[in-house]
Amino acid sequence: MIRVSNLSKNFTLHNQGGTVLPVMRGADLTVMPGECVGLIGASGAGKSTLMRMIWGNYLAASGSIMVGDLDVVQAEPRQIIALRRATLGYVSQFLRVVPRVPTLDVVAEPLLVLGTPQDQARARAADLLSRLNIPERLWSLSPTTFSGGEQQRVNIARGFAHPYPALLLDEPTASLDAANRAVVLSLIQEAKARGAAILGIFHDEAARAQVCDRFVDVGSFTPKPQGAAA
Amino acid sequence: MTDYNFAYLDEQTKRMIRRAILKGVAVPGYQVPFASREMPMPYGWGTGGVQVTAACLTPEDRLKVIDQGADDTTNAVSIRKFFQRTAGVATTEATAEATLIQTRHRIPEQPLTQDQILVYQVPIPEPLRFLEPRETETRKMHELEEYGLMHVKLYEDIARHGHIATAYAYPVKVEGRYVMDPSPIPKFDNPKLSDSPALQLFGAGREQRIYAVPPYTHVVSLDFEDHPFEASKAPHDCDLCGASDSYLDEVITDDRGSRMYVCSDTDHCRSRRAAGFIGRLGTPFATEAAE
Amino acid sequence: MTLMQPVALDTPLLAVRGLTKRYGPRIGCADISFDLWPGEVLGIVGESGSGKSTLLSCLAGHLRPDEGEVIFATEDGPRDVLQMAEAERRRLARSDWAFVHQNPRDGLRMGVTAGGNVGERLMAVGARHYGDIRARATDWLGRVEIAVERIDDRPSAFSGGMQQRLQIARNLVTGPRLVFMDEPTGGLDVSVQARLLDLLRGLVREMGLSAIIVTHDLAVVRLLADRLMVMKSGRVVEQGLTDQVLDDPQHAYTQLLVSSVLQV
Repeated sequence: MIRVSNLSKNFTLHNQGGTVLPVMRGADLTVMPGECVGLIGASGAGKSTLMRMIWGNYLAASGSIMVGDLDVVQAEPRQIIALRRATLGYVSQFLRVVPRVPTLDVVAEPLLVLGTPQDQARARAADLLSRLNIPERLWSLSPTTFSGGEQQRVNIARGFAHPYPALLLDEPTASLDAANRAVVLSLIQEAKARGAAILGIFHDEAARAQVCDRFVDVGSFTPKPQGAAA
Repeated sequence: MTDYNFAYLDEQTKRMIRRAILKGVAVPGYQVPFASREMPMPYGWGTGGVQVTAACLTPEDRLKVIDQGADDTTNAVSIRKFFQRTAGVATTEATAEATLIQTRHRIPEQPLTQDQILVYQVPIPEPLRFLEPRETETRKMHELEEYGLMHVKLYEDIARHGHIATAYAYPVKVEGRYVMDPSPIPKFDNPKLSDSPALQLFGAGREQRIYAVPPYTHVVSLDFEDHPFEASKAPHDCDLCGASDSYLDEVITDDRGSRMYVCSDTDHCRSRRAAGFIGRLGTPFATEAAE
Repeated sequence: MTLMQPVALDTPLLAVRGLTKRYGPRIGCADISFDLWPGEVLGIVGESGSGKSTLLSCLAGHLRPDEGEVIFATEDGPRDVLQMAEAERRRLARSDWAFVHQNPRDGLRMGVTAGGNVGERLMAVGARHYGDIRARATDWLGRVEIAVERIDDRPSAFSGGMQQRLQIARNLVTGPRLVFMDEPTGGLDVSVQARLLDLLRGLVREMGLSAIIVTHDLAVVRLLADRLMVMKSGRVVEQGLTDQVLDDPQHAYTQLLVSSVLQV
């Protein structure tokens, strides 16, 4: 479902004398449907960078990223938009929403953009919010006023609202208590069971061990400092 | 008889005005710009109508001038005298006898014929001015037939008053093309604009515009499907002649609020009374004539 | 009552090619080319004088560009708007297109009631039933969260945020397919902005609108735009997916622009 081949990435800092920072070389990985692959590596090794490249958020210098039959590296913006709408989900560490929108609608939005009727979308959102222990009295409020942990759970609910065939999870269990962590892990298990291909970053080793089928060490894709000059 | 050129204006000016009139006749409802002259009377006293009349008059014409339907009000009297003096034409108060009628704010009750010209005095010729102050924009709207704005004015009327409260200068569409301000005639008169055998000419002196409704031209008053146009008048009969179908003026008769309703068209009222019709407060016509 | 127009997804709604506008020797905007797809929201950012407003004016037909094509997918197939007769272009502007001005005073008739403002576009395209016009105006006031009791009030009695919402209702009532917006949230308080952004997002989604939004506010494009074009000195220096351009800017100017803003 997700196949990354020979991917490389540089950052060019134009406003710091045009410094070119190579951050990734020759990255390869595959995630099959129903499989959860964990990215590991030291902090700063490029785990999040790789996730963001698959999401289409960071541009690649070369290589290919196949999600389904679309090469994200070559795709036009509107193809990526369509991909994110129906195929590829992403739970980032940050919740970014329009202030004032009620939590229930924030979670239902991925379904609404796909044309799901409002009552159906809201019912699904309500179900996820209850499972993630967000009290019902908060559903009509904007999540911008919530605590960090609550915001993260809203973000997870939103990411799991639509059954995406492929999912990117960036630290989905960080800063959650044991009960909520268990809910998230079962959501991941359910997604795997329906055939979703999942790529995740988990610092929490117990969680990692529970859901991941394989690991990929991003450190092996980090360019050697010597190579940077070449 | 007089040191003035016939009908005051010089021949070149009359020719220029006639060209504007011809263009107006050729494009019914379209406002033709013309080089309005200074006239020996203030703006607002009918300088536009006077110039159109001057350009149309011939020595054989018989002129009638009315102001709000009346032949005997200041404006009508002074314009009539003006042409008596500068053109030496015959004048009349009888609608049927006139060949050219200059009017302010009314159309005579008596149906006009194809031997007659009706000249309207127009204060503001642009019907879209109420909502769009830019002349460049209103011209563009006429050019492109963008008349939605005209209905906004009627919409506002209904929203505020529950019905179309515009009672005079009620906008019309001429021959399915130009939206036109018929001058401040009561909307009661609007139906008479359409398919009239007479030539109707409109002159605005200060705004320098002439427009025309040629004989037998279709003129439709704008309205909504669910608020159709109504040619309304006061729900009374004339207290002098008893007419139930003429446009009425309300006259306060004392300090206690007593009032009477009389035909605004003085010639119409007098003719009816001469023919023996008597209203609620009227006296037989012969009695008055004998005084 | 929204109508989703059937639009072929393999044809751009708007295709702009080589659009150039000069002010004498000065460049307004130069050689601008892009496609806007149905349902897509395109943000155009840049600082004052970057040419973004000139570009928007040229696209919307308010300014005549010196060169280029603006091809719009009309009901009868793709047509170069710049080659149309003015009557036809204005007809398009009041049916298929809409323009939301930064200052609501430029986009509203301040002397006409809220209902009349919304109804004008309906009447401009031939509506002649007062009851229907009023019903649709009522519906739209509700959709932009203006209390229906205010229908007979003039916009001069409204707050800035309400005026802007009224302007949006007035523009969208005829179900346009393409909306041009010039700094739609400029001059509004932050909380009012948020409400407006939410409203716009919902309407874009429900009506399947395409929109071009000019703004200098990166937070606004982050929340509203699918795609982003960055302009500098009349030229497009970078374009792409909104979050990609903001999070991984490639051009020196975009990097400067993004790094100059407080966290968005």
